[in-house]
Amino acid sequence: MPSVTLLGQALISGVLAGGMYGLLAMGLSLSWGLLRLVNLSHFALAFLSAYIVYELGTNHGVAPWWSAAMIVPAMFCIGAGQHWLFDKFRVNELASLLITFSFAVILEAGIQLYWTADFRRYETAYSTLSIKAGPFYIPVLELTLCIVAGVLAWGTWLWLRKTYVGKALRASAEDADIAAAYGVNHKKLAYFLSGIGAAYAGVAGTFIALIATLAPAEIWTWLGVVFAVVIIGRLGNPLGALLAGMLVGASESLAMAVLSPAWAPVVSFSMLIVILLWDPEWI
Amino acid sequence: MIERVGAWRRRYVLAGLAAGAASLAAPSILRAAPSGKPVRVGATLSLTGFLAQTAIIHKIASELMVEEINGRNGLLGRPVEYVLLDDQSKPEMARSLYEKLITVDKVDLIQGPYATAPILAAMGVAQRYGKVMIQSSMGIPKLQTYDRAFPATPFGPEPDKTYPNVILDAMASFPTPPKTMVLLTSKFPSAQFMAKGMQTEAEKRGVKVLLYLEYESGNHDFGAIAARVKEANPDFLWVGSLGLESNLVLEALRKLDYAPKNHFHLYPAPGPLALSPDGNHALCSTFLEPDEPFMSRPGVKRIAGEFKERATKANLPYSTIDAQAMGMVSEWQILEAGVNGAASLDDAKIAAWLKKNRVDTVYGSLRFDGPYNHGDAAQLIKQVQNKEWKVVWPKEFAAPGVKLIAS
Repeated sequence: MPSVTLLGQALISGVLAGGMYGLLAMGLSLSWGLLRLVNLSHFALAFLSAYIVYELGTNHGVAPWWSAAMIVPAMFCIGAGQHWLFDKFRVNELASLLITFSFAVILEAGIQLYWTADFRRYETAYSTLSIKAGPFYIPVLELTLCIVAGVLAWGTWLWLRKTYVGKALRASAEDADIAAAYGVNHKKLAYFLSGIGAAYAGVAGTFIALIATLAPAEIWTWLGVVFAVVIIGRLGNPLGALLAGMLVGASESLAMAVLSPAWAPVVSFSMLIVILLWDPEWI
Repeated sequence: MIERVGAWRRRYVLAGLAAGAASLAAPSILRAAPSGKPVRVGATLSLTGFLAQTAIIHKIASELMVEEINGRNGLLGRPVEYVLLDDQSKPEMARSLYEKLITVDKVDLIQGPYATAPILAAMGVAQRYGKVMIQSSMGIPKLQTYDRAFPATPFGPEPDKTYPNVILDAMASFPTPPKTMVLLTSKFPSAQFMAKGMQTEAEKRGVKVLLYLEYESGNHDFGAIAARVKEANPDFLWVGSLGLESNLVLEALRKLDYAPKNHFHLYPAPGPLALSPDGNHALCSTFLEPDEPFMSRPGVKRIAGEFKERATKANLPYSTIDAQAMGMVSEWQILEAGVNGAASLDDAKIAAWLKKNRVDTVYGSLRFDGPYNHGDAAQLIKQVQNKEWKVVWPKEFAAPGVKLIAS
């Protein structure tokens, strides 16, 4: 029987790991839910950001927060540029899946060309720092990630709920023609939202560089679980994405602590199947 | 992607011209520059996909060896042309590409791909066409049932029995030998195979296995696993890891303010683990390291130097040659010996020659007359000491002044 300390520690680790799922899911959820575009290149953009943070940090001594300050706006522009292409070629939901998959493959090849396929690890003095709380240890970087993800998720949720722009975006996602009749310029808003989604990939990438292993093929390892998180958290809902990420992360981690670690991936997809079968109103 | 290295490289044209001029004055023995129709050697490597980290190392080693062989007398006096395709780390792709190499590209000889699954896929094709296939990275030798498939790495026929016992012998030499162990392994087939072997052999020798945990390949979150390891607090942690998983496990443990007492890692990324602050005294398997006594073997010093230069040029973060790259070097040495020994490009003759003869490789003298064409196992243990890998066990292979350090 696992001890309370083990269960508590697993829960903490899982919730914090889920923060990364949530952070990665947020941009994808916004683009899928409000623009009806399934942007698979989101993962590649996050990894491109991670590699840039690694490069600037390792070879040029730039602190990751300064790197993030440069990368996030750049990603915003890339996201907006991407949307220009989608708009110009009238890309629909299904086509977006294929086109952004191609983007991701091209980006993966580009990353491999420059950084090679070899593993990269951004070692920092604070990468293994933890706060001790009773018998538990809380990793500082993962905690920071969760706080940043929480602020972004909450802020975006409020923005979508409380501001005119947010409401207009949601209205367009519901019915673009009716929204347009009420004067909503969906095109302009879509550029902005696409930029926001990519900027979130930049934020996620900064943390990926600090927490995870970098290799070009790693782009695809998050895809399955993040998709599950996006769906569980409800399309277009950043707060839902973060909470779903934490829920999935915690469930996986508890499965690792109580059962075999190999069962962890089964948990997220089982949850997805159960929720899809259950079909609650909030999905 | 097709890459052709060797046959039409400018340096060989120039070398050929130079050799032609020199031959006017030189004795006949020096007139050895390969000429004529190239011998095409086809292979795939996982240049992209999840195995790409290792393929780049193999690619560099292969290119280096093609130049080495062409710098001698090629194969049967003909230059070697290396036809390399990218199997994208997918066994099904490897299968199709080997079919293409043999039937469309009409290669004369083939070399094996990297890793057990692509090797198995390619082996079926090789068997269908009767081609000799030499490979260096099949972690489960009993699956190599094709009689013209040869291992270039001295795993031995039963590494699941021999590997664990070398590790356990090394552990037994500690002032306080470990009595308890935690086995943590990726579900990657060859890692899982070795982990099962380690569990069996450890229990046979009275080491209590407190936990046996399997995780999915590519797992990112080791927090809960680390908590279980910490709670078990074993004398010895055996990690059936691939790539950077070892680093992630050790970091997760450090986040819990825990350092394993003694720890072994199966297939880690050597550079990152050696350089990691958590990597000190980490143990791992090897067959050769760029140190004595291995550097005294013929050609090893030169190959190691050349590899370092090329790997640095290719922007690899860890450019020191290791057992992975040497596996590919050994592959080419065996192919060269087989072709020259059989004096033929005929696969049946090459296979027959290899089964009857030993080949001197960077790994020492290898034989292929045992089960699954394997010879003797020659596993060694290396340890991170001052951020460098050093062979520490068996003692006779340890570099001068280097000893196994117990934590």
